[in-house]
Amino acid sequence: MTTLTDPPQESFRLSMLLNDTRYRSYTFQFIALVCVIGLVAYLASNLVANLRAAGLNISYEFLGEPAGYDINQRLIEYDSQSSHWRASVVGILNTLLVAFLACVTATILGVFAGVLRLSHNWLIRKLMAIYVEAFRNVPVLIWIIIIFTIMTAVLPSPRAFRGDDAEASMLFDAFAFTNRGVYVPKPILDSGGWIVVITFLLSVIGVFAYRRYATKLLFDTGKLLPMGWPSLAILFVPSLLIFFILGRPIGLEYPELKGFNFAGGINVRGSLIALWFALAIYTGAFIAENVRAGIQAISKGQTEAAASLGLRPGRIMNLVILPQALRVIIPPLISQYLNITKNSSLAIAVGYMDITGTLGGITLNQTGRAIECVLLLMAFYLTISLGISALMNVYNNSIKLKER
Amino acid sequence: MKKTVFFGALTVAGLAAGVAAAGTLDDVKARGKLNCGVTTGLVGFAAPDANGNWDGFDVGVCRAVAAAVLGDPQAVEFVPTTGKTRFTALASGEIDMLARNTTWTFSRDVDLKFEFVGINYYDGQGFMVPKDLGVSSAKELDGATVCIQTGTTTELNLADFFRANGISYEPVPIETNAEAQQQYLAGACDVYTTDASGLAATRAAFEDPAGHVLLPEIISKEPLGPLVRHGDNEWGDVVRWTLNALIAAEELGVTSANIGEMSAAAGNNPEINRLMGTEGNLGEMLGLDADWAVKAISAGGNYGEIFEKNIGENTPVGLARGLNAQWTDGGLLYAPPFR
Repeated sequence: MTTLTDPPQESFRLSMLLNDTRYRSYTFQFIALVCVIGLVAYLASNLVANLRAAGLNISYEFLGEPAGYDINQRLIEYDSQSSHWRASVVGILNTLLVAFLACVTATILGVFAGVLRLSHNWLIRKLMAIYVEAFRNVPVLIWIIIIFTIMTAVLPSPRAFRGDDAEASMLFDAFAFTNRGVYVPKPILDSGGWIVVITFLLSVIGVFAYRRYATKLLFDTGKLLPMGWPSLAILFVPSLLIFFILGRPIGLEYPELKGFNFAGGINVRGSLIALWFALAIYTGAFIAENVRAGIQAISKGQTEAAASLGLRPGRIMNLVILPQALRVIIPPLISQYLNITKNSSLAIAVGYMDITGTLGGITLNQTGRAIECVLLLMAFYLTISLGISALMNVYNNSIKLKER
Repeated sequence: MKKTVFFGALTVAGLAAGVAAAGTLDDVKARGKLNCGVTTGLVGFAAPDANGNWDGFDVGVCRAVAAAVLGDPQAVEFVPTTGKTRFTALASGEIDMLARNTTWTFSRDVDLKFEFVGINYYDGQGFMVPKDLGVSSAKELDGATVCIQTGTTTELNLADFFRANGISYEPVPIETNAEAQQQYLAGACDVYTTDASGLAATRAAFEDPAGHVLLPEIISKEPLGPLVRHGDNEWGDVVRWTLNALIAAEELGVTSANIGEMSAAAGNNPEINRLMGTEGNLGEMLGLDADWAVKAISAGGNYGEIFEKNIGENTPVGLARGLNAQWTDGGLLYAPPFR
């Protein structure tokens, strides 16, 4: 019986780095990498040398020192004695807040405008075309300033609400639209309030579970459960029941005129509204075009086939066209979300205190630590952008065409 | 091999750039132009006119230094800087000096490694409110909305003032004076706070200046002055003594009208003679011509003339001399002796 032996292994020679195609690409990549590292190191050492010559250094100690300035919109506790670091965190949260609000609004606007732009109704189609073209082709900064200026110039100041014969009055005695922002009632949680909130959150999960179950049932047995009213019922009935059983533990704090301003309630600032709406309608126009492209990418035969099965137009869109179009829509949508987040740095135009306003604005200015602050800003935006990208890619993978 | 030479050259160039920063005076002479950082536009202090010529109180200092060093008040390259970019521009050597109503503070002087060469305007932070608000003191401003230019010392003073008095406020951060004016007039803020000179200038531009009052409290000291990089003492001396020459000229009665006559020959006041370069060698000590101060004063007149022309009571800004009068007139201006 013969035994099988492995063929003799070819030994590795240094010249193979250049001559062997298996290794050559790595060799050149390695050389390129060394060059890049060298260049970066040179620039960094040059910076450090120049800073030293000027008697300066790179130090992040200023982050621990008291900031000394006040910020009008704070989602966490902050006063002028808090550290620069805390001021940065306030700014980060403000950035995330406006980016989140704008992303949600832009998506809703964009999907509606995109679908309606393909409507058979001439007027609606043209109106949407005007919206898309007008907003897509004017810089977002201009929109931010236009909305902000309109708000400050058109809406009354809190002074106008004062007196028996006031020029302006509150809507339902609960909402005040002023040029400093919109004041809305604020929910106050009593002792049992949290139970209601938790119930509501559980209801939201319940709705998702129900819809999942209904879809599964439809695929497995072909039995179509109603979707609309049970979802609404699951969403609201348990929370309302608990709310009344516990004796209305959630109250509302209404805004009232007090001193110079309205006090109480939640003040949604004019700067936030301007930035939010401007980003939303501007990016919404881009998303509309993505949606239109996605829908048009689906063959007309799909619509016709669905129609021949007897589906109504609304259902064709929801069940046949949009799920397929999503595969085309999602990847460019990710870039639009990134654009919203990055464009939110235009906040300074209306004095919204986002991260560029706190860390990149006042902190930079007061401490003079420009390089440190800008590096931190870059790191922050990079982290946020990669984070959004990663999340959206997970979603994209989940709806991607499954090829088997 | 070639690469080594290339990197070597880069390194040398980098080092040379670092060393060159030390001799600003020689740089300016070699360049034939002074790079002077100013505001992006504040009427009275620094703003370009219709022909693009910069004019104003801070611009006057730049022109005087250029005249003293280069003999030509027009040999200035004005670099507009914002509150945010001003210090970076100076630290990086993009500008040779900064004359941009910048407050002299400890940390800017010590930590940011700058050198304030003197004070060309003594200011303080004030408040302006509409008259119909019925407020007569800043301490009554509890809960008010305050418009404030971000990144300035006024922002820190404001926080300190309200904190010290145990009252609250809501800041509305804005970027420029023009924006603040618009917000304030629209009633988006109850109060506008900035340096008192800025408030006066802003109010003067209103349709109804009488409808707005400046509250009596001046809550801070804002000594505004030109600054240079720390560590280049020769250059610092040139800018410092040019400013002092302008101030001393007013005190000594040297004006742009009589300077030709006074500098032609030595008179009987030794200090004027030393200033004019007809006696002693003060110019040589600075590394400049003997008539450096004559050129500086001829550029736009003495301190008082520059003040009256740009921000004085007969201009739209309309500021009284106040603290900025000569020490002999009860003000704070006091140039050290030229000796």
